Amino acid sequence: MCCCNCNNNMDKHTALQQVIDELRNEPGCLMPIMQRAQDIYGYLPEEVMNHIAKELDIPVSDIYGVATFYAQFNLEPKGKYIISVCLGTACYVKGAQLVLDELEKVLGVPAGKTTPDGVFTLNATRCLGACGLAPVIMVNDDVYGRLTPDQVAGIIAKYRE
Amino acid sequence: MDLIRSHVMVCGGTGCTSSNSAAVIAEFEKLLAEKGLDREVKVVRTGCFGLCEAGPVCIVYPEGCFYAHVKTEDVARIVEEHLVKGRIVKDLLYKGAMEEDKQTVKSLDKVDFYKKQKRVALRNCGVIDPENIEEYIAFDGYAALGKVLTEMSPDDVIQTILDSGLRGRGGGGFPTGLKWKFAKASVSEKKYVCCNADEGDPGAFMDRSILEGDPHAVIEAMAIAAYAIGADQGYVYCRAEYPIAVKRLQIAIKQAREYGLLGKNIFGTGFNFDMDVRLGAGAFVCGEETALMNSIEGMRGEPRPRPPFPAVKGLFGKPTILNNVETYANVPQIIVKGADWFKTMGTAKSAGTKVFALGGKINNTGLVEVPMGTTLREVIYDIGGGIPGGKAFKAAQTGGPSGGCIPASELDIEIDYDNLVAIGSMMGSGGMIVMDEDNCMVDIARFFLDFTVDESCGKCAPCRIGTKRMLEILERIVEGKGEDGDIEKLETLAESIKTTALCGLGQTAPNPVLSTLKYYRHEYEAHIYEKRCPAGQCKALLTYKIDPDKCKGCTLCARQCPAGCISGKVREPHVIDTAKCLKCGACMEKCKFGAISRG
Repeated sequence: MCCCNCNNNMDKHTALQQVIDELRNEPGCLMPIMQRAQDIYGYLPEEVMNHIAKELDIPVSDIYGVATFYAQFNLEPKGKYIISVCLGTACYVKGAQLVLDELEKVLGVPAGKTTPDGVFTLNATRCLGACGLAPVIMVNDDVYGRLTPDQVAGIIAKYRE
Repeated sequence: MDLIRSHVMVCGGTGCTSSNSAAVIAEFEKLLAEKGLDREVKVVRTGCFGLCEAGPVCIVYPEGCFYAHVKTEDVARIVEEHLVKGRIVKDLLYKGAMEEDKQTVKSLDKVDFYKKQKRVALRNCGVIDPENIEEYIAFDGYAALGKVLTEMSPDDVIQTILDSGLRGRGGGGFPTGLKWKFAKASVSEKKYVCCNADEGDPGAFMDRSILEGDPHAVIEAMAIAAYAIGADQGYVYCRAEYPIAVKRLQIAIKQAREYGLLGKNIFGTGFNFDMDVRLGAGAFVCGEETALMNSIEGMRGEPRPRPPFPAVKGLFGKPTILNNVETYANVPQIIVKGADWFKTMGTAKSAGTKVFALGGKINNTGLVEVPMGTTLREVIYDIGGGIPGGKAFKAAQTGGPSGGCIPASELDIEIDYDNLVAIGSMMGSGGMIVMDEDNCMVDIARFFLDFTVDESCGKCAPCRIGTKRMLEILERIVEGKGEDGDIEKLETLAESIKTTALCGLGQTAPNPVLSTLKYYRHEYEAHIYEKRCPAGQCKALLTYKIDPDKCKGCTLCARQCPAGCISGKVREPHVIDTAKCLKCGACMEKCKFGAISRG
């Protein structure tokens, strides 16, 4: 593991070990362990996947297979703010694509990527279930509804401060 | 005990929470405490009222005043005027909630939005505090489980569900009782009961609202199902994108355990049942039953070939039933009120009610629950309040990526499972997205195929390769590169994917294309042969033009144009250089004389 932040990483490692010990006897425990590991680390570093594989005595390829199957698992670190643009049907028919286009322009990165300064990750996501407010985006846990493209720059500016 | 004289029910569903209802609740609690009213007026955070468009909403009882778009700064007036002085704050009421005399408040069941609704699955949403098991029990909660365990045999339970005619609300419409009967007939020392809360259809959020508003109904129903088939363990597989639903479900499970309603020896009858929540991780295919079970087992969520069906060999290789959240929410009431009561609602082949999530181009976006057999016109115009901006209705999309688009000519269809399939759509989980004249149906088909291609698990070739080929053709068409023969190619591909794909996702993936081809073939033809998008949505096919007779030469458009492609002298008609035009539409939006058109 990385040495620049050893104490912090040791804490994380202890937390991960606790999760594994708590869940290892549950049937079908792999996904819950991976989900909690991602909560701890923010993504799934290769070392973490290797460690889980060793502890559960399964091939790491199985873990990689699960990690790449589901959209929720990240193999790369994410930005401080994760912007999720809902591309569900209700949002789409109300112009979510235009909002996404504008975000790509303002942030200078395509959907699925993180800005070079590591502040924003832009994601196009499936329905967030807030169809009454379409079109909707989320910035971490904050929801912005009934958006038009011209509001985008203002929202981003708020988080840049 | 405090004597409560008024209840303020504030919606804590996702829609209203996004509209900041949490701050409204905090403000109510703060102001009531300041006035010393906190022991006579109770603030309850409930589940979804359904009218998300008007959020945040709150209802004050006993008067039943429906306040809409409540902002934190409005709370002081409601407290001061209504709760202290007893005067209703009329200007904050929901616009449809007053009688014609503009003096008396309508009871909720007379408000247009609710008048034609019948709330069965949603009966407790907006009525009880979902985080308090005692409120659920006060509304006959767990009475059905008590009745089942003390008075009925497992066969009685299954017969009641069979007699009720309840069909799977997740979309397929398979008779629920039959599923239970098969699972009971399988001999095994271990069986499982699962709940599908992986609500992946874009535009559907009824399962989320039920879990957020009435989680105990689902827990109770799963315990009933477990008793019927002989299972002792349950799993709810819920989308991780639904944090409020997950949290309330976990609270509910914990409370049920504390009250002895989950665990060992329930009601002292020797019946054991417990359950856990498993989180999805963002894969649409996991809504398919065998894929969902693989995912609970911790594997990639790829479907398995059937047979064997889950009722024989399901989760961890054991007999399993899987029902959808809304299906379960109906079960306790069927047990308490009887199969005959349930059959009084709905049509001959589709008993009961169905919850729809109304979204898209409609005035009253939100959740509605109507008896089966209600017409589409009633849902869209009487309940949904019609299309905003005086635009024309073009289509209602039901069934998500597995469904289809229903055209205006079918507005009077009575909604039930069989009728929707007959016109090329399907019930699906209940998303209903309304589209108006500005939506391009070819682009909508492309949108759904894009979704399917992205979500296809890749296990079988027809879905993995076939849907990709269909998407490529559709992308060409919307970019103005469609060719003669494309429509026929789409039809051939669609038929072979339908008949050969492994699971429901692939088998239904071509439906959005087939149904739009059936009703809007002329739009496809316009794109391909005339290189024109009739809805004016496909950018590559648009041209903006200035009508020289209407243009006054005010120069506003030229100043708006980001590409600088509009030229002309002051007070003389302007011209757009179409080669440089970005087709952003800014000029058309700003023109005060309606001189700019696109086509």
